[in-house]
Amino acid sequence: MSEKRILTENCGLIDPKDINTYLAKQGLQAWRKARKTMTPQQVIEEIKRAGLRGRGGAGFPCGLKWELAGRAEGEKKYLICNADEGEVGTFKDRFLIQNDPFSLLEGMAISAFAIGAEKAFIYLRAEYRYLLEGLRNALRQAEDSGLLEELDIEIREGAGAYICGEESALMNSIEGKRGEARFRPPFPPVNGLFGFPTIINNVETLANVPLIIRNGADWYSRMGTKESKGTKLFCVSGDVSRPGIYELEMGSSLKDLVIGLAGGEDVMMVQVGGSTGRVLPFSMIDIPLAYESVLGSGAVIVFDHSRDMVDFLYRTIEFLNEESCGLCTPCREGIECLIEVLDRLVNGEGVQGDLEILEVSCAPMASASLCGLGQSAPTPVRDSLQYFREAFAGRISQSVLLRSLKSIPSSGKPASYNQD
Amino acid sequence: MTGISTDKRDTLLAMITEEQRTLGFVSKSSMFSMAQWLGIPVAEVYGVVTFHTFFSVKPQGKHVVRSCKSVPCHLKRSEMVASWIGDYLGVNAGETTPDGRFSFELTNCIGACDQSPAMLVDDVLYGDLNQERVAKILKSFD
Ligand SMILES: Cc1cc2nc3c(=O)[nH]c(=O)nc-3n(C[C@H](O)[C@H](O)[C@H](O)COP(=O)(O)O)c2cc1C
Ligand code: SF4
Ligand code: FES
Repeated sequence: MSEKRILTENCGLIDPKDINTYLAKQGLQAWRKARKTMTPQQVIEEIKRAGLRGRGGAGFPCGLKWELAGRAEGEKKYLICNADEGEVGTFKDRFLIQNDPFSLLEGMAISAFAIGAEKAFIYLRAEYRYLLEGLRNALRQAEDSGLLEELDIEIREGAGAYICGEESALMNSIEGKRGEARFRPPFPPVNGLFGFPTIINNVETLANVPLIIRNGADWYSRMGTKESKGTKLFCVSGDVSRPGIYELEMGSSLKDLVIGLAGGEDVMMVQVGGSTGRVLPFSMIDIPLAYESVLGSGAVIVFDHSRDMVDFLYRTIEFLNEESCGLCTPCREGIECLIEVLDRLVNGEGVQGDLEILEVSCAPMASASLCGLGQSAPTPVRDSLQYFREAFAGRISQSVLLRSLKSIPSSGKPASYNQD
Repeated sequence: MTGISTDKRDTLLAMITEEQRTLGFVSKSSMFSMAQWLGIPVAEVYGVVTFHTFFSVKPQGKHVVRSCKSVPCHLKRSEMVASWIGDYLGVNAGETTPDGRFSFELTNCIGACDQSPAMLVDDVLYGDLNQERVAKILKSFD
């Protein structure tokens, strides 16, 4: 199994500082084609037919989203590129911006044309400030090449908050408010940034757009599976000898990626999709990577047999606990409850019934949380308990044993006698 | 309708960022003047400042070291990195050196897990850290 590099084809070949090298690789052809030979509706149709789905994690059909925004009534419309990339284990957007910022900008120009937006934002996380200059330079060159004739793109910087990658929190953040999620409906394509119809797409999603317009929906949709078209960037980290970015056709197996390409050995578990992603034991390693089975943001974190599942889950939930915006009760209190129990387990203070508490806490979070963070925080908990229950149960029996040892005084006399 | 805001409100984050970058923290008086200029309660400004990990209401060191502690870096012994940094600087995570040169913080994933363990010093990313490299990097900021 090898990589299929269409989205990253330019990466390493063009000079991200010089748009001429991009133009030499068919750069801006898609944009010209869209502008000269297609109507906005036809562009949207093409993206729909291509089957492009959101690469930011949720996998919403891109063309459908554009269509909703295109149709929505509004004095103006906005396009937002989500470059917040806060998901643990994800670094593909960084890679694209570093190596081929022009594909992103071209994709944004096409998207804005399709929905009728004259203003766009790129929301860049503060941790990626070192990308700012390159991105600004690319913007200037794109302007000089005429790409941005009818579109004003402004870069907005985040300030360190994972939740600001969630689309409604992101809009609040751009508006100068706390990055808390919003109640929905209304959905952004109808009522988004400053109350106007807004499209929010991930960097990777937008970077796919020029490819589709240039080569056609038929070409694109021949790749992948029934529900997942094209390719996907995967970010492999953890216990592998070759961590990094791999571009694979949708539907490729996790095994080919983790073992074949990245060089994983003695694999115990893989977490796919970042902190709220699925936890898959080695026995499931043949699973295809696609929206129908398992995908998410493209983060693939590999754990070998030397790793401790309880420690893993504790750290994962600790992350979500720190990053939850705290607005809604199921998430705020639910995560608090999870972390309390996991804290006991990692410190050898578990009690009988702890696993049941973990399980019981998950249900209201999954069904009643306001945004994706709280809704999917239970995923790694449930998976871990399903596939690695012994590790957790073992921790409880160890805790019980430890306590019983502590309660036996060393001299054999009751503890109080030892003190004087 | 909610969501409609004044023309100016959306400049708040950039204003705070500017304040943080030039002074090393966001002072009480600057929060008051931002609030006044925008015509919003000071509590709103304070709320935005404290929401973000890159903002501080206490003076920070000239350089901010952010050592990543999320799972992929943890697998590559990020707690060792944190202890090397702490030893070199002589402070714990969350503290600033007495001479005001460095603040040391632990951070969540900085999108460099292909180079774990990783850290940021100000805006610069450093990956594949080991003890020697950490010392060398921090020395270069001395
Ligand atoms: C807690 C949370 C964090 C998110 N972080 C990001 C992010 O950093 N980048 C991103 O593109 N999408 C992120 N998303 C998904 C966005 O809400 C949204 O679905 C996405 O930007 C839409 O773009 P797409 O359809 O092109 O994927 C996050 C979602 C949640 C719930
Ligand atoms: S689910 Fe969590 S992160 Fe999302 S709005 Fe509720 S408290 Fe905030
Ligand atoms: S976990 Fe440290 S950079 Fe991602």
